Amino acid sequence: MQMEIEKAPAGMVENVLHAVGLADEFARWSSPVGEVFVAWNRRGISRLTLADGGEAGFTDDFARVIRRPVRPASSVPSRVAAALERRLSGKGGPTFADLRVLTPFEQDVLTCTAEIPAGEARPYGWVAKEIGRPGAVRAVGTALKHNPVPLLIPCHRVVRSDGTIGEYALGGPGNKRLLLTLEGVPVDRLAPVKGFVGSDTTRVFCLPWCGYGRRVMDKHRVAFRSRAEAEAAGYRPCRRCRP
Amino acid sequence: MRLTDRLAADLDGAFEAFVRAHQDAVYSAALRLTLRPADAQDAAQDVFVRAYKALSTWEPERIRSLEAKPWLARITLNVVRNRARSNGRRPETVPLSADVAGTDATDAVADVMADADDVLGRLAALPDKYRAPVVLRHAYGLSYEEVADVLGRPVGTVKAQVSRALQTLKESS
Repeated sequence: MQMEIEKAPAGMVENVLHAVGLADEFARWSSPVGEVFVAWNRRGISRLTLADGGEAGFTDDFARVIRRPVRPASSVPSRVAAALERRLSGKGGPTFADLRVLTPFEQDVLTCTAEIPAGEARPYGWVAKEIGRPGAVRAVGTALKHNPVPLLIPCHRVVRSDGTIGEYALGGPGNKRLLLTLEGVPVDRLAPVKGFVGSDTTRVFCLPWCGYGRRVMDKHRVAFRSRAEAEAAGYRPCRRCRP
Repeated sequence: MRLTDRLAADLDGAFEAFVRAHQDAVYSAALRLTLRPADAQDAAQDVFVRAYKALSTWEPERIRSLEAKPWLARITLNVVRNRARSNGRRPETVPLSADVAGTDATDAVADVMADADDVLGRLAALPDKYRAPVVLRHAYGLSYEEVADVLGRPVGTVKAQVSRALQTLKESS
């Protein structure tokens, strides 16, 4: 016989997790595409949406997508703001994203996408190839569509291989165009990815959208239809865009 | 996989499960020690916050070998003691009656704990040195050896104190 074990009051787990920083909080943040809500916890940024639904809308969205409770906070802490600004300005470093609700495939897609430098675009197929699933182009598109932390994971830098920019979950393609333009991507002049460009001075070949590839002067530019053709001509793949 | 192994591998990932596993026991002990539900909730939350802060500085090997239940009992006692000290309010105590007959502890617990609403009132009447052993043994569920270790008292003393506490609780009912 023991004394009755009392049930701990409801909300105790949440209070504890909140007190030690493991629970999610959210606040408003001004992004290049307008006011957004950002949620974070000790592990990283867990959610980012446009702020148009209000706090109640965000709380509902968070419960549905992340399946955890979230509490409003007064402002975004400096480490969270710094992580977002670092990514938007194209600086490297850790992503500070909490992606644990995603599948391993989705995590691979987003981790790979986080590495795309500011000012550059990559086709969906490039991400698929990078994560070792070259046939999963459509699934890559779906994973990016459900990116819980746009801007932090720059899914706007992944566009269609025909050179059109494709869909964007954070407020539509107009915002994707705006972000790419702000970063200096020539959105309206992205040629379809058919083949590769090389430089006859460096003997390196790139994706046509690579920041290095774009800088090759016309008189040194060499076009290749395939990797094999470039490599047969003695060119090596660019280490930046990994064509 | 044991909870302490999961904590050692991923403290942040497993800590919620750790709180869920122990919250009822810690709250029950805190309730019987503070005697007020609001104080007990604050104290129990404080116990887990302190536990997290300690664990976050530990090597995985140390977390793996942790005996979580006695460790949390020790933190609970400290938290309750510190809160009582800083609040300047301690539960009132009454003298323990002089003659305590040897009784069957199991029956005694069954009798005195039958009316849960009255338990806190009767626990309030126990001197502190008897309250902690009986709460840790019968509300929190430690063995006599664990209670003795947590309180730093000999096992025989703890057994006597628990028995005396139960007898007193029975007489005051």
